[in-house]
Amino acid sequence: METYSLLRQFADSWMLLALFTFFVGMVLWVLFRPGSTKTYQDVANIPFRHEDKPAPERQPEES
Amino acid sequence: MGNYIKLIVLGVITVLALIAANYARDVAYMVNALTVALVAAGLFLWVLRRTGEAVAVGDLSGEYMDGPVRAGVILTAFWGVVGFLVGVTIAFQLAFPVLNFEWAQPYLNFGRLRPLHTSAVIFAFGGTALITTSFYVVQRTSAARLWGGNLVWFVFWGYQLVIVLAATGYLLGATQSKEYAEPEWYVDWWLTIVWVAYLLVFVGTLMKRKEPHIYVANWFYLSFIITVAMLHVVNNLSIPVSVFGSKSVQVFSGVQDAMTQWWYGHNAVGFFLTAGFLGMMYYFVPKQAERPIFSYKLSIIHFWALIFIYIWAGPHHLHYTALPDWASTLGMVFSIVLWMPSWGGMINGLMTLSGAWDKLRTDPIIRMMVISIGFYGMSTFEGPMMSIRAVNSLSHYTDWTIGHVHSGALGWNGMITFGALYFLVPRLWNRERLYSLSLVSWHFWLATIGIILYAASMWVTGIMEGLMWREVDANGYLVNSFADTVAAKLPMYVVRGLGGALYLTGGIIMCYNLWMTVKRSPAVEATNHVVPAE
Repeated sequence: METYSLLRQFADSWMLLALFTFFVGMVLWVLFRPGSTKTYQDVANIPFRHEDKPAPERQPEES
Repeated sequence: MGNYIKLIVLGVITVLALIAANYARDVAYMVNALTVALVAAGLFLWVLRRTGEAVAVGDLSGEYMDGPVRAGVILTAFWGVVGFLVGVTIAFQLAFPVLNFEWAQPYLNFGRLRPLHTSAVIFAFGGTALITTSFYVVQRTSAARLWGGNLVWFVFWGYQLVIVLAATGYLLGATQSKEYAEPEWYVDWWLTIVWVAYLLVFVGTLMKRKEPHIYVANWFYLSFIITVAMLHVVNNLSIPVSVFGSKSVQVFSGVQDAMTQWWYGHNAVGFFLTAGFLGMMYYFVPKQAERPIFSYKLSIIHFWALIFIYIWAGPHHLHYTALPDWASTLGMVFSIVLWMPSWGGMINGLMTLSGAWDKLRTDPIIRMMVISIGFYGMSTFEGPMMSIRAVNSLSHYTDWTIGHVHSGALGWNGMITFGALYFLVPRLWNRERLYSLSLVSWHFWLATIGIILYAASMWVTGIMEGLMWREVDANGYLVNSFADTVAAKLPMYVVRGLGGALYLTGGIIMCYNLWMTVKRSPAVEATNHVVPAE
């Protein structure tokens, strides 16, 4: 089989399946992973944390 | 020691560039070589004067690197006004051909100024805005100083050199005739080097981030950097005719070349003008609204859906050409599927304001951001519609396309950038607030009315033109000659030029306002300090 047909067949079958699976997996992971809502609520606030200066090298222990 | 190596390299570059200028086969190449020689020689002197001086070594990891961001804000505003000015000029050149002055032929005619305009607004204004804001955002959301030290400055000024080389080249006739990829081979090579350095700086900063999670804006910026690198390299595969000339020959030919070009061209829109600017949206809109993004889950799905789908949409530029039908159908289908992530993103941006809609009344900056998201939604609705083969048979080659591009570029890219500049300047120069909010309102209304005049006149003229081209009489002969359509377009061309002039005026007002903010606004104490050793 020449290269074009080979690649074309691969793209139409396994690659398509792989990409589609990755995409659907991502959606399920984001929407239904236990604890994801809490995690994302936390990270959505990242822009409000370090406006002025970088975080120090070692975070002080929370007491 | 480092300085000696730098001096040797800069000296060699200067000499080589001068040799190249001497052997140059065409004017554009000679001027570009002289520009490179001038820059290298200037840098040589600059380094030389600092050689042997003691270098202050301090721990800078406790403060953000905002120097390049400040320079970038200034240059973004500058390139914006330059790009809009060239745009207004060529708009009136189309309306009144006499403005293609005889004495300036061929340097300032429409054909040479047009790529200057597109590159100035997309790559100079938009590109500088993206590099600048990405440097700002990646530091704030990673809680880490930019990685790479002076490499950051190399990226910044290296990109500016690309702009200058490309712009002077266009005026002197160097072009590889690929839309949005006009710069010739040596500029392409240089941009590749700069872009790899940009990727290193960005990824290096992400690697040393203190936040465990990579904020979604950075995902958009990163996809923009990686994809543009890939697009740029593949679409610019060309072989120079001579090392001492600007002319090069493309490796692909015919329909393969056309398909590669529009794969590049459409994804330049998708990843440069959309993904990159969405990175801006996902940081600056929440910051200005002072509330987190409406749905972080939606933003992740928005990201993956957008990058999975956009990359296939290019063939819709080649309906009814030698491109096989299956390919153009594929492009069309993926363009229509793009509606979903685009509108998901728009809803996510707009709904960030839910519960704070009163800010629209009081804060002209948030108004600017909101209308920009609105234009994002509108042009991502219009685009898929125009990609449908039947609609495209009417719209293609007409001014409707130009209207569509400008509702996206002026509305979405322009407005979100203005919003980001208004956000950044008081913070970067430690000012309490902007010089004048009413000037921001003036800018907002001038720009909005300008875009409406532009888009409306281009709809009218584009659809009129498309209908005139396809009109046949009872015997099947075409009714109108091409010149008839050109004559019929004059009023709309004048309105379009006026819209552009309003937009340009708004841009100049912004520059004045930002300048006065730095000069006159009350200062606040600097917050971006080196952390005191305790």
